[in-house]
Amino acid sequence: MIKALKALALLGALILGAPLSAQDTATGSPADTVTPGPIQSLLQEHAADIAKPSRRTIQPVIDALSGSGLPGMQQVLQTWEAREMYQRESDGWFFAGEKGPDRTIILTDFDSGEELEPVPSDAVDILRPNSGVRGLIASALVRFQLQDENPTLRQDALTAISRNPDPSHIAPLRESIEGEPDPAMKAQKERLLTLLTISFGEDEAARIAAIESVAGDLNVDTRGTLNPLVATTRRLAEGEVPEGANVARTLRPGTEELPREEAYDLVAAEADLPARIDPADRRNVLQANIEGGAVGGVPLAELNTIEARERAYAALVEAGAVPPAPTEAEIDAALARFTFYEEYSEPSPAVTEAANKALRAIDTKVGLNTTLDLGLDALSLASIYFLAAIGLAITFGVMGVINMAHGEFIMMGAYTGYVVQQMIPNHTVSIIVAIPLAFAVTFAAGVAMERLVIRWLYNRPLETLLATFGISIALQQLAKNIFGTQARPLTAPGWLDGQWQINEIVGISMIRVAIFVLAIVFLLFFLFLMKKTRLGLETRAVTQNPRMAASMGINPGRVNMLTFGLGSGIAGIAGVAIGLYAKVTSELGTDYIVQSFMTVVVGGVGNIWGTLLGAGMIGSLQKGIEWLNPSNTLAAQTYMIIFIIIFIQFRPRGIIALKGRAAGD
Amino acid sequence: MKNRSFIARNPSILVFLACLGIFTLAVTIASEGFGLGLISTSFVKTLGKTLCLCLVAVAMDLIWGYCGILSLGHFAFFGLGGYMIGMWLMYERTRLIVTESMAAQEIPPTPQEVVDAIGTQIFGVVGSSEFPLIWSFAHSLTVQLILVVAVPGLLALVFGWLAFRSRVAGVYLSILTQAMTLALALYLFQNDSGLRGNNGLSGLQNLPGVTASQDVVSIWFLWASALALALGYLLSAWVVSGKFGSVIRGIRDNEARVRFLGYSVETYKLAMFTLTACIAGIAGALYYPQAGIINPAEIAPIASIYLAVWVAIGGRGRLYGAVIGAALVSLVSTYFTGGQAPDIPLGFYTISWVDWWTVLLGLTFVLVTLFAPKGIGGLFDLVAQRAAPDRHGADYGPDKGAKREEEGQ
Repeated sequence: MIKALKALALLGALILGAPLSAQDTATGSPADTVTPGPIQSLLQEHAADIAKPSRRTIQPVIDALSGSGLPGMQQVLQTWEAREMYQRESDGWFFAGEKGPDRTIILTDFDSGEELEPVPSDAVDILRPNSGVRGLIASALVRFQLQDENPTLRQDALTAISRNPDPSHIAPLRESIEGEPDPAMKAQKERLLTLLTISFGEDEAARIAAIESVAGDLNVDTRGTLNPLVATTRRLAEGEVPEGANVARTLRPGTEELPREEAYDLVAAEADLPARIDPADRRNVLQANIEGGAVGGVPLAELNTIEARERAYAALVEAGAVPPAPTEAEIDAALARFTFYEEYSEPSPAVTEAANKALRAIDTKVGLNTTLDLGLDALSLASIYFLAAIGLAITFGVMGVINMAHGEFIMMGAYTGYVVQQMIPNHTVSIIVAIPLAFAVTFAAGVAMERLVIRWLYNRPLETLLATFGISIALQQLAKNIFGTQARPLTAPGWLDGQWQINEIVGISMIRVAIFVLAIVFLLFFLFLMKKTRLGLETRAVTQNPRMAASMGINPGRVNMLTFGLGSGIAGIAGVAIGLYAKVTSELGTDYIVQSFMTVVVGGVGNIWGTLLGAGMIGSLQKGIEWLNPSNTLAAQTYMIIFIIIFIQFRPRGIIALKGRAAGD
Repeated sequence: MKNRSFIARNPSILVFLACLGIFTLAVTIASEGFGLGLISTSFVKTLGKTLCLCLVAVAMDLIWGYCGILSLGHFAFFGLGGYMIGMWLMYERTRLIVTESMAAQEIPPTPQEVVDAIGTQIFGVVGSSEFPLIWSFAHSLTVQLILVVAVPGLLALVFGWLAFRSRVAGVYLSILTQAMTLALALYLFQNDSGLRGNNGLSGLQNLPGVTASQDVVSIWFLWASALALALGYLLSAWVVSGKFGSVIRGIRDNEARVRFLGYSVETYKLAMFTLTACIAGIAGALYYPQAGIINPAEIAPIASIYLAVWVAIGGRGRLYGAVIGAALVSLVSTYFTGGQAPDIPLGFYTISWVDWWTVLLGLTFVLVTLFAPKGIGGLFDLVAQRAAPDRHGADYGPDKGAKREEEGQ
């Protein structure tokens, strides 16, 4: 970048210098004999300072150079900063130079941009400004960069300023705003100027105005600018708080913000009191001073109370054996003498108040956005629960069969996805293949289970529960035997990676969006199936009254088999979706089974809308509790389950309870 | 009929007690601590633990087989009992160790220092040294022994009251109890639950202040477990034998009818639920000192389902069935999963029992549910030649938990 900058500047110098050099050529005289150009003249005016610059005295010179308005001046400053400027010993002129062959230096004139004949290196002196001086030159260069024609360079300059803000940037930044052609960058410059004004502005009213203008701004750097204004230091004063201090708040010792020990340590440092001694340290000191079965005249056997130990220690202090330490009572007395308070490092109360107000406004906005983000999280968790529970809504909700192996069907779906991915390396294709295949596998498993086990146990839900549990542990162990205990990856296709970022705070990963979409598709599919198809009609008929349905010519066995297979198949597809989002293990199903049953029970058995509401409630509840106690997701689940247990007290039949004959009893 | 004593009406109790007595005596004689040394101490402990599992299975049978409530939460009560006794064992033993090490110092410790040192010892693993509130009584054996019964009992009382009051029944109740177990397990998994989170309580096999070797202690525990099982069995048999028992069975088979007869069904159910929870707590309090460690994984929902598996395989609705089921399945499981069982080479594949036992157990379970609802206990009917009532294929009652005709006795 610097190279580009130099090249550009050089080009500028060449173009501008062209008439001059033409003139030179015309007269046929060498460059060193002509009268100095405007840049050289200006440099010569300050020749002594430039040749031997010091950080303290050079600023006016730099200001003079950068403020001169001469077009080649940026190049001069860059050369100087890069330690590539040379002074010719013969006449004291300054040139840009680079090393040529045979210990020679090739000099370039600043005004004309012309390369001179190489001179021996002992005929010139290189200028080596120290780092302090170079820093000053660099900030003078900012002015040029901010007004550069190349937008990339201007952007770089802005980035550099925002990373390393300094009061000296305010003036060049303000000057550059006027002529800024790019509206986006102009806004950026204005924003940066506002932030700089907040941090370093001289005029209090201007600062407050700037602070007020950023209230509600969600950007991290806004908060980063405002926070130092309200930073506090802890201080203490004897008696009252001193006049004129910009006090944030007063503290009481012994509270959480200011523990008693810490407060006394402050006091001890301030008022030159003896340092506090820990109970453990005191014990060690006493231990070191045992004499003839006693310490300081107190027998060892009595030293099992704090009070006796303090007495013994006091006796040792009296004897001059140990440094004095305050007793608890003395600590209290010392603390009572002092007032503790936190003082803003910013002296102006108006500014700190405005900053606090702005921060509060930002906090409110952040809070709103966090709530929105939390809502999205809850929605995606709800769709996962809904996906896991929708198969159960068919087998349990509609048919009334407790299938404890439902979780294992989810697991089978996920493993199907994994196996397909092993065979088809393209992730997109493999997912497209895996979804129908997972459905097929779990549909078959469901049908087999219904034919072999469940149909003998209709109307015996407790026995069904236990028998399907037997199948569940067998399937789980089988999966462990086949795939091992370690987690298997089911990788999402590339277009599902990444995040959909709405603003600084609100964002949601694409995979969760996909799961949400899948959940909606399933919901619609379920509704269509149950309300619009022959199978749905027959299913509803069989579950409401199997005998009547049978006498209408419906084969209840076949309908039950298909319905159960369907519920299981949907669990398989849900397994693929969940596998994309979580690791595939043999215990995948166990993690979801209780929540799935909860979802169906809370929502109301036999009603898909109830399942939807149940999933929504459980999802948002869990996210809500997690938000209240973010470090602890286990506790969130605990409280959620307790809440559900209590909820069922009030709505034993779930959110949407079936009424009349459909209720089944 | 009426004047005959409770034992005389139930001769199976005597048979059971006699078997239990002979078993205990035989183990004692064969043990390393008191006799011939034929049985290793670790196996004595396994047998002692099995007796405790039998006791909790009896409680499960009482609530499921007799009252028709398939509770999937009784292992939570079992675990809570274990935690309660474990707190005392751990506190007292740590206190003894800490006091001993502090006695070596010349300056006697203050009481606060002792408590802090114990706290650091116990809670160091979870990055804390403060005693949580629930450890307030850990120093007192008496209180903790009361809590062994009181905590599971109270939890069952509150939970049962809430559940029965709102007429949650059948599978809904099962799922709810399972949720309760899951909630409890998840809660205990946290480090700040106050019970050392994932680490659980350990070192419980060392009784504080007892210098006898584990060989002897294991026999003491075997006796205690056998005694508890005997008493629990007697109590359960007595509870289900009288009028109370008839009402309970009535609730199982036809709850609505019992309610219409004027009985307060909820009270009966609640009493049974709480009683069985207390029995489970006692069983747990005897189990975990023999196991030596308790952690939240023990009360995961699956443990409670296994409990139902034992009772179903043994034969529900008969107390000896529960004992047989629990003893047989848990011992056989220990045998197969312990890696002692020889692998079966099939040429193309070697069946390792560690891997395949659970599959076999699961399938057995399905088969028992389908084809042998009486369970193993049903075999005794062949000896006793009791005729099952003929109900023409119908269940005993319309309720979900009602007995099937095939299960009748």
